[in-house]
Amino acid sequence: MRRTAFEMVHRAQLGHPGGDFSAIDAMATLYFGVMNYDVRRPNWEDRDRFIMSKGHATGALYTALCGAGYFPEDWLQTYMQPHSKLNGHPNRNYLPGVETNTGPLGHGFPVAVGIAIAGQLRGASYRTFVLTGDGEQQEGSNWEAAMVAGHRKLANLTLIIDRNRLQQGAGTEETSGLDPLDQKYAAFGWDVEMIDGHDHAALLATLGRAPGNKPRCVIANTVKGKGVSFMENQASWHHGVPNDAQFAQAMKELV
Amino acid sequence: MAHAAPAAQGWNDCRNAWVATLEALAEKDPRIVAVVNDSVGSSKLNSFQKKFPDRLINVGIAEQVMVGVGAGLANGGRVPFVSAASCFITGRALEQVKADIAYANFNVKLVGQSSGIAYGELGATHHSIEDFAWLRPLANLVVIAPADAWETAEAVKWAAGYEGPVYLRLSRMPVPDLQVADRVFRMGRAEVVCQGDDLTIIASGTTVHLAVQAAEALALEGIAARVLNMATLNPLDEEALHQAAETGAIVTVEEASIRGGLGGAVAEFTAANRPVPVERVGFPGFMPTGSVEFLFKEFGLSSEGIAAAAKRALARKRA
Ligand SMILES: Cc1ncc(C[n+]2csc(CCOP(=O)(O)OP(=O)(O)O)c2C)c(N)n1
Ligand SMILES: [Mg+2]
Repeated sequence: MRRTAFEMVHRAQLGHPGGDFSAIDAMATLYFGVMNYDVRRPNWEDRDRFIMSKGHATGALYTALCGAGYFPEDWLQTYMQPHSKLNGHPNRNYLPGVETNTGPLGHGFPVAVGIAIAGQLRGASYRTFVLTGDGEQQEGSNWEAAMVAGHRKLANLTLIIDRNRLQQGAGTEETSGLDPLDQKYAAFGWDVEMIDGHDHAALLATLGRAPGNKPRCVIANTVKGKGVSFMENQASWHHGVPNDAQFAQAMKELV
Repeated sequence: MAHAAPAAQGWNDCRNAWVATLEALAEKDPRIVAVVNDSVGSSKLNSFQKKFPDRLINVGIAEQVMVGVGAGLANGGRVPFVSAASCFITGRALEQVKADIAYANFNVKLVGQSSGIAYGELGATHHSIEDFAWLRPLANLVVIAPADAWETAEAVKWAAGYEGPVYLRLSRMPVPDLQVADRVFRMGRAEVVCQGDDLTIIASGTTVHLAVQAAEALALEGIAARVLNMATLNPLDEEALHQAAETGAIVTVEEASIRGGLGGAVAEFTAANRPVPVERVGFPGFMPTGSVEFLFKEFGLSSEGIAAAAKRALARKRA
């Protein structure tokens, strides 16, 4: 998946590969181990939902949706080209499997809360998963959403925070510190688990476990740019794009 | 964010003029501070941050707080330049801009970076084409979209010296310097870039140089188009608009939505005071995926597109 996402970014010379790579293991776990969906019926009302709140990570999202079978592989070649359905940020009117439009940070989580409330009202069995960046948590809308979800005991809702400790320009803790994130979510009425966000077994165990009686917050400790030596933990790879030599080197490392 | 932009020899990314001017002003005026939302790099404020580390306030990814903090800093006697991608400083923090800045009438300078469609392929969420329509009705708020590097520097200087709220709509898209003799920046006054009486092309920001190209092309066909650089959208230069209406046909050009922005303002003014044909060049709404070049061409923000709009306006004038 990392290879596919990086091919897209390399071809387009645009994208956000650092955040693609930190999120991609959680997404692989969701799409290929946890979520219940049917690509032939993208609007099936009882499907599990995934919302990519950090909408810049389209390399990861489109790779997952394509791998799941929502659209043919050759569409990936059109990433960000004129009239492409694969816009720089996801658009539900362009692509099946995209639940809502994101891109401005702090939008996906409130929408996910609404989806979870709709499920609760109907007594539906579907689950809602939303993934935010950690820098994204600086947006106040997340905390309003967290309060509503905690208050309403939205057990069918799982928030994954991609805790790579970097935002666009610098580290989260030097910019506007988030720690202790776990205690904050616990205080807002959530079950909180902290795991290694690149450990598939841990991801599967945590994300796959049946809902309890509170919303679940999974703080996934990750590495921005994970998998490519020269990209790991480098803020410059937030929206850095590879030249041909870097691309070739990365392809050697990503096997 | 990396993106492709039209560039040519000698064209300028006006953000360089913005930071150079701000740093020079800040050397002299200790009240000046910058407020950002994880946007140090995209606002080109890295060297400002090095020079004045404690005068760069990065609130993180939190635009509503960022604008509110700007108001508070003004209350505390500072002169804040609040700088972020224009889509977020306007759209995300719109109520803060309205209530905390314009209505409360604080001495805050809002600086919208990478305005218009500079973020191209990143799509409608990152395009800032609605900002003119959102901000134009806000009383007290001066709205300026400079057309080139010189005007960017002048507008930043003017804003620093002015006591009151200002929105500067800046761009990262390279533009050439306009050729105007004896230039003086006058807030609220349109600048005549080309003389002509057959019709008037009123342009703003990154599109003024395209309007000049269109006027040159029209001149070869014997059509004398006046070109106005309408950098200030609020307050509007009503005298210049009266004179534009005298020419009997108007084209507006902006890197913004054709609804509610410059085109909207001109249509509003002429409909109320002196109805004349108005053709609006700009963007119609949410746009398909594509680069800046693609979107400019596709929606007629080009010398050819503007000249064609001029001919439509002239045909309506003669009808
Ligand atoms: C409301 C808003 N403000 C600013 C941005 C610009 N922006 C895009 S990504 C980003 C950094 C995100 O950091 P984080 O949430 O930690 O994401 P990750 O590290 O996973 O890429 C910023 C500031 C945005 N997209 N939306
Ligand atoms: Mg991060």
